[in-house]
Amino acid sequence: MIELNAQTIAFAILSVLVLGGGLGVVTTRNLVHGALWLVLSLLGVAGYFVLLSAPFLAAVQVLVYIGAIAILIVFAVMLTRSMTSLGEVRNRQWWLSAITVILLFLLLAVGIILPVWGRGAPGEVTSLSATVGGAAELGAALVDGNGFVLPFEVASILLTAAMIGAIVVARDEEDEQA
Amino acid sequence: MIPLWMYLLVAALLFCIGIYGVLARRNAVAILMSVELMLNAVNINLVAFWRYLAPQDMSGQAFAAFVFVIAAAEAAVGLAILLFVYRTKRSVIVEDVNLLRW
Repeated sequence: MIELNAQTIAFAILSVLVLGGGLGVVTTRNLVHGALWLVLSLLGVAGYFVLLSAPFLAAVQVLVYIGAIAILIVFAVMLTRSMTSLGEVRNRQWWLSAITVILLFLLLAVGIILPVWGRGAPGEVTSLSATVGGAAELGAALVDGNGFVLPFEVASILLTAAMIGAIVVARDEEDEQA
Repeated sequence: MIPLWMYLLVAALLFCIGIYGVLARRNAVAILMSVELMLNAVNINLVAFWRYLAPQDMSGQAFAAFVFVIAAAEAAVGLAILLFVYRTKRSVIVEDVNLLRW
């Protein structure tokens, strides 16, 4: 059913990276290690984007997620000194959370597996089309009047507002008055 | 060829790991990292569906790009709030921040 070639081996390695990184994030005590696990997981997702022939999104994933967000999280860990606040990593209801999450995953897995259980299910794709839209098509769609120009502008405003808001919230007022 | 459901299964597993982190961790920075994991799971789904079902239509990639924007805004504002909370409460453990709890 699934032949062993370079693509499937890459998929297996990337899955290990993504899921192992994710597990590292939610289980490590030291938050700097947690941030490094997060970088590993994000790198695996970037590899998925390459496998899915979306190289532009892979580049954005590395630049924005690993280059900006992960570094921002490392800064937050250091500024809040939370890595030294050792103690219980999990709260008291963690077992309840674990049961809920396992049940949710089983539900999702049933929803994913059930439609492809029988051969020739309607949603099954047997071969991928070779013509794929690339970065140029994505850029054109983002500024197309019939495409995503309005969400694009709204996203710009949201990003500006969020950055100004972050500066205002994080500013140290005692330093300001001195 | 890798079938679509394998991507969806990995994404579902990553999403569930993220939910577990949000529900069970006590440190607010760890909770924000888990939220990033959940956003990434959604992105895997969007790009996988785009590739398998509508590779000429750019909607899937555009949606993923908007998720990037939202994630950047969420991380910036969330961490700024976290710094402010730390400055006033000297703690980023979410159970210590219970001012609004009834």
